[in-house]
Amino acid sequence: MAEKINSRSVLLNPFSKNNPVIVQVLGICSVLAVTAKLEPAIVMGISVIAVLAFSNVIISLIRSTIPTNIRIIVQLVVVAGLVVIVDQLLKAYTYDVSKQLSVFIGLIITNCILMGRLEAFAMANKPWPSFLDGIGNGIGYAMILVIVAFFRELLGSGTLLGYQVVPDSFYALGYVNNGLMILPPMALIVVACIIWVHRLINKDLQED
Amino acid sequence: MNKQSNTYTTIYIILLVLIVGIALASTSLALRDRQQANADADKMRQILAAALITPESNDVINAYGKHIVESFVVNDKGMPVEGDAFTINVAEQVKKPAAERALPVFVCLLDDGSKKYILPTYGAGLWGPIWGYIALDANGSTIYGAYFAHQGETPGLGAEIEKPAFCDKFKGLNLYKNDTFMPIAVVKAGQQPKGDEDYVDGVSGGTITSKGVGDMIDNSLSPYKAYLKTLSTK
Repeated sequence: MAEKINSRSVLLNPFSKNNPVIVQVLGICSVLAVTAKLEPAIVMGISVIAVLAFSNVIISLIRSTIPTNIRIIVQLVVVAGLVVIVDQLLKAYTYDVSKQLSVFIGLIITNCILMGRLEAFAMANKPWPSFLDGIGNGIGYAMILVIVAFFRELLGSGTLLGYQVVPDSFYALGYVNNGLMILPPMALIVVACIIWVHRLINKDLQED
Repeated sequence: MNKQSNTYTTIYIILLVLIVGIALASTSLALRDRQQANADADKMRQILAAALITPESNDVINAYGKHIVESFVVNDKGMPVEGDAFTINVAEQVKKPAAERALPVFVCLLDDGSKKYILPTYGAGLWGPIWGYIALDANGSTIYGAYFAHQGETPGLGAEIEKPAFCDKFKGLNLYKNDTFMPIAVVKAGQQPKGDEDYVDGVSGGTITSKGVGDMIDNSLSPYKAYLKTLSTK
């Protein structure tokens, strides 16, 4: 890579202009699955940030030694190893959350954002920019996860992080939680709404 | 060195897998005790939940020690046998014929001084295993409380079996009717079982899971018949 990489843009671009979820539309499966409540969404977000940052660094460190024809396998082995370690840590330290996330931690392996960043960035860049890229994309992903979970938990259960926020007087007046928000399809609709708002603000992202 | 050669590739992947393997094995070893402690605490929480005791998550082990005064294993004749009730894998036991099963019993002493007998159950739902604990009054027949859990039943449908709305329907029902053992039936709402056993309405939209709960209770509790009989005559 001849051109100098701007650390700042590597870190900050995935927050908005190049967000992995709402611009590249990657990793939608887990957005759908873990956003019914805020807490698992936050833990999932942190897990993805950790796995993405470390796998980016590791792949970037060994990028010149990887034989081209097995590079995807090497990436998968590294990611799978890290994911299992994260899963074990969660089981040991936050058992309740790990029970809620169950298989989805394991499914980080198949999260397209990871393979995408490894293949597109870490294979061609030095460890430090790769680390920033991993953190940036991880936060970009976690951000959307938290926003979606915020609305789904608020409207679907009337709680945030398990604490009731919709006052009892609302329920007394006939307000009911929207059970539909708990079901997976609403995650996609919320994501779609975020994409809509995001593109309204960023006119250059609008397609014809 | 030729990085595209077969030898290089083979050695590379073997080394990589070795390193990752060692890293995983050591993590797993280092964390095993903590994970086991968590899994045990979760099991204690579930057992207590059947007796309608819901301690704070950091107080489960204390509460279990306080309330579960005795636990033992019986066979299908109602006689006590060797074994640790807590570590028995119910999932394996329910597959065996009744005569070969080791049946765990947890005796729970409530704050008001009454004794409840908690029995584990295990069965199959629609997508995966379902399990639960059922607390019986000292007469060995009347259900004091029930707790059900599942691995991956459909949210909003089959998964409703873990909600109090469903579990609470079991309260006060009897396993013995006119001195004959008749496990609780789970039927479609509005229907009635063929016999005159006590029944609860299944979850609407979760027919297969509900039926699974009925079968689970039947299969898991029937071997306790002889033991429960000794309780009723005590």
